[in-house]
Amino acid sequence: MKIAVCVKQVPDTETKIKLKPDNSGIDTAAVKWVVNPYDEHAIEEAIKLKEANAGSTVFVFTVGPKPRASEVLRTALAMGADEGIAIEGADGLDNSLAAKALAAAIKKEGPFDLVLTGRLAIDDNAASVSQMIASELGIPHATVISKMTLVGNVLTVEREIEGGTKEVVELSLPALIGANKGLNMPRYASLPGIMKAKKKVLKDYDLSALGVDAGQARLRYSNFKLPPEKPAVKMLSGDAAAQSHELARMLREEAKVL
Amino acid sequence: MGSVLVFAEHNGKEFKRSAFELLTAAQKSGHTVKALVVGPSADSIGVQLGAWGVSEVLACADESLKNYNPELYSQLVSDLLASEKPDYVLASASMLARDLFPRVGQKIGAGVASDCTELTFTGGAAQVRKPLYSGKCSAQVDFQNCAIKIILMRANQLPVGTAGSGQTTVKKIALTPVDLKTRIKEIVKGATEKLDLTEANIIVAGGRGMKGAEHFKLLDDLAAVLGATVGASRAVVDAGWVSHSMQVGQTGKTVAPTLYIACGISGAIQHLAGMSGSKVIVAINKDPDAPIFQKASYGLVGDVFEILPTLTAEFKKILQ
Repeated sequence: MKIAVCVKQVPDTETKIKLKPDNSGIDTAAVKWVVNPYDEHAIEEAIKLKEANAGSTVFVFTVGPKPRASEVLRTALAMGADEGIAIEGADGLDNSLAAKALAAAIKKEGPFDLVLTGRLAIDDNAASVSQMIASELGIPHATVISKMTLVGNVLTVEREIEGGTKEVVELSLPALIGANKGLNMPRYASLPGIMKAKKKVLKDYDLSALGVDAGQARLRYSNFKLPPEKPAVKMLSGDAAAQSHELARMLREEAKVL
Repeated sequence: MGSVLVFAEHNGKEFKRSAFELLTAAQKSGHTVKALVVGPSADSIGVQLGAWGVSEVLACADESLKNYNPELYSQLVSDLLASEKPDYVLASASMLARDLFPRVGQKIGAGVASDCTELTFTGGAAQVRKPLYSGKCSAQVDFQNCAIKIILMRANQLPVGTAGSGQTTVKKIALTPVDLKTRIKEIVKGATEKLDLTEANIIVAGGRGMKGAEHFKLLDDLAAVLGATVGASRAVVDAGWVSHSMQVGQTGKTVAPTLYIACGISGAIQHLAGMSGSKVIVAINKDPDAPIFQKASYGLVGDVFEILPTLTAEFKKILQ
């Protein structure tokens, strides 16, 4: 089978976010970039499927500024993916355009039996691009997937809905799956894997070659702000009973949340 | 003026609190307000929305809409939006709406702003902001190149007004059959049927300091008194004490309740990333230097096993 995985580079959680002087965006100079954590689960699942189905190939796609964006592809290739496709696009490219570009590249390199993504990217927490790609490709999707099995042409997946409730869903391929934590344990790239990755194919696409006009973005982010400083913590004193009594009183009378 | 369509979510009997948050915001927009209600009993409960300034309820009560199927729902909602052409669609950033609207938006050429936390209308135009990078900053979101603008709001961010005495008309929408490639086979209920963490107004969360799955009963007791949902840190989910659906943080859920009570949670940056948007944070920890205290509004230093029972008793007293 032929599997496509879409991945994104995001700032590491530990990275301190600074704004540009004109507040038009974040200052990316000191940002440490990592593979979006949920995308690691998507890559791992693709490689597991490849290992279980002889003759399968895994293609990894990303959109982002070069050469940085290629790093995320090298990581996926070192884990065991076969080919990488980097689409040149600005940081913070509109989600709907990113989806359009990824879907167009997937069509050009396809047809694929399965498209895997992370359930969301931790930078904008939008959880949008996966479903948008599925829409562009006209295939069914299921996101927030913590378990999947493939028998013939039918995928059976378990997805979390609300309040800890799960549902079991069947989809016929081709389909798009958004991976959640719990689906698998992403492997580390081995040294031989890293060496092999250097010889694997990396392809480049421009947005325009994929029929995407960056001027057609539907959302524009501006006027960035850091969160307001929190007032200093009020430490309560006394034994357990005294602290509990004081907290209940303050939550009711001062914070007015009870 | 134009129109605002509110996607009002419900449990079959009553509307979610988030629906009233959105309706309250829509009423202040200056636009005509319509509501879209989907699922069995949509028409019978939809009628209530007249009291919330809704001029017309579009109700699709087809039995096949009982459980969310992305293909079926996106076909229905895309067709409706394409014919209704509202200026704005307001929906909650719930698990369902977050899955549905990006697909709908891409299909009909609408803009989709997800996970927003601020919304006001000025002269009919929506002013929207959303957090980015786990709340380390936020940005103003403007729509362009799209006629229909879809805004998905996090729960508990907007005030709820009071019901009036207005009436509404309910327009029944028939479902066009779709050739489905997605089939819902089974619904597996969680151990407790509580409000999802992402929608909870109060959260009681436990970390490694709870020392074992068996002690989460103390958190359940406190949560029961407060009507809260119980959450957990990554450490205890990874240790297998509780299910991943309860995880708050970077690889779990992003929450923003009015009150967050962190019990025996040290406050690793991955955890803070998921809950720093909470309005009031209470931290209970035996280590006075735990990083969680830097994010907290109120700090209690001590043994969670001593404090939790006395706290439960105190809350019971004042809430009775």
